[in-house]
Amino acid sequence: MDKYAIEGTPKTPSISFDLAGGVLEIKGRSIPENSIEFYKPLVDSLDKYSSTAKPATTVNVQLEYFNTSSSKCILDVFKKLEGIHKGGSAVTINWHYEEDDEDMLEAGEDYQAIINVPFKMVMVAE
Amino acid sequence: MVDVFDIYDKMERNNVLLSFKGEITSDLLTSILQIMENKMDTMQEEPKMKKKVYNVLVECLQNLYHHLDEVTEVEMDKNRSAIFMIGKLESKYTIFTGNYILNENIQGLKNRLDEVNALSKEELKEYYKKVLNNGEMSLKGGGGLGMIDIARKTGEKLEYNFLEIDNKISFFTLNIKVSSQQN
Repeated sequence: MDKYAIEGTPKTPSISFDLAGGVLEIKGRSIPENSIEFYKPLVDSLDKYSSTAKPATTVNVQLEYFNTSSSKCILDVFKKLEGIHKGGSAVTINWHYEEDDEDMLEAGEDYQAIINVPFKMVMVAE
Repeated sequence: MVDVFDIYDKMERNNVLLSFKGEITSDLLTSILQIMENKMDTMQEEPKMKKKVYNVLVECLQNLYHHLDEVTEVEMDKNRSAIFMIGKLESKYTIFTGNYILNENIQGLKNRLDEVNALSKEELKEYYKKVLNNGEMSLKGGGGLGMIDIARKTGEKLEYNFLEIDNKISFFTLNIKVSSQQN
């Protein structure tokens, strides 16, 4: 399997992970009651990817809303990416936030402070 | 006979936009969030406020959802029932939630709420990062992040009350204000 992709729902984001191209995209809303269950397949595919990682890995996160239950799972995803970064693939996390959404920008900065991977804060016009 | 007008009148005076009493299910939360989102669109709420209210609502409702079992497992005659209300007076939204809690769990919750209420904006940010990064994750939710997140996003103190029902359970109410005049 060189691609993991799922469609978004009102409570969960769309995820597209192209393992062959080294591009991961998470978009939409992440407010499920059970986030661990939702994020487990992605964490598993990151484990798989880590042994065959491309020289560069690009991660695009563009979330409109996420709950605190997801925030721990997103951290787990980022920790996997940190491992992949240490393993020699140059990881960049592009954290998107809407122009007026200071809370989302701050959330990105929280992760940036915890995770040892280059972050880019990308402002999106509404 | 229930005095329906009395209930109506109270809700009207508090400008209640939506209220619900009953079993909190995952589908119900999806519906409530959808309704509130549509309402705020219709009211032409500013996007920033809309996002804040939506985020805080999600945390409040999921708190209810995750903690209902605690009481029903011990007190079989209590159903998985809770109350939720959201109102808007002037430019300020207020979210009320109420649910049963085991008396033995009160002190722990009270301590956590008081701890959050004692922190400044900057301290809340540091505390959030610490709890986020401590590696513990309860199977049910965000492992204690919810209240910190609500306090951080609203910039308001969490108002709460415990009303003792009997020697086993109490009714816990939480009152959250969301206004645009902060940060």
